[in-house]
Amino acid sequence: MRLEYFQMIDRIVALDVAGRTARSICTVPKTSTIFEGHFPSHPLMPGALLLECMAQTIGWLLIAMSGLNAMPFMAGVKDAKFRTAVFPGDELEIEGSVYHEGSGYAVGDAKGRRAGKVVCEARIMYTIVPFPSPEFRTALFEWAERIDVPVKELVR
Amino acid sequence: MSATFDKVADIIAETCDIPRDNIKPESHAINDLEIDSLDFLDIAFAIDKTFGIKLPLEQWTQEVNDGKATTDQYFVLNNLSEQIDKLIAAKGA
Repeated sequence: MRLEYFQMIDRIVALDVAGRTARSICTVPKTSTIFEGHFPSHPLMPGALLLECMAQTIGWLLIAMSGLNAMPFMAGVKDAKFRTAVFPGDELEIEGSVYHEGSGYAVGDAKGRRAGKVVCEARIMYTIVPFPSPEFRTALFEWAERIDVPVKELVR
Repeated sequence: MSATFDKVADIIAETCDIPRDNIKPESHAINDLEIDSLDFLDIAFAIDKTFGIKLPLEQWTQEVNDGKATTDQYFVLNNLSEQIDKLIAAKGA
């Protein structure tokens, strides 16, 4: 997890475009300035950042489903739950799926688990738009390769 | 009033917290009901799931932007309901 870059996923470990599911690993860093504030002497992974882990997992799935041609931006969240505290050093497995693919938007579900136990879940809505620039596309492809998204297999 | 309009009006009332009585067939979703694009996504999602269709929002937006259609054609609710009926019929054809 590169918290300082807001890039939450270490790697995508499963990606099934036809089945509209993805699985990612997100390891909370042991140290970060975030934990100095959240909270002093009691470091906890903020729920807002757990939500971002889930959003990015579904987000990469949607990018893959578009053939790496479109960008989902988070537009809404429903039924987000943070069931238990997550600590620095915890490894999370996030499972994401696309529940509905609309025209220019999509809705997905995600669950995060630590050692098999669900720690967070949410339903997330996205607007889906073309990449804003060629530079964005290039940077996104580099990011994708860094987290094991099979760019060459997926790109259309 | 069509059954489709009634369902659409119920969806809008519930999604946007607009009194059901204020939602008329001649209401324009944007101009009269002041529904913004984000709330309209929630409405589109509910319509897609309720009717088992996919509202072609991207195509409609493109047509409006290109001057080939007016927003009235898609966002006045009786017109929207007719569009939904056409999509349902096309799905069953």
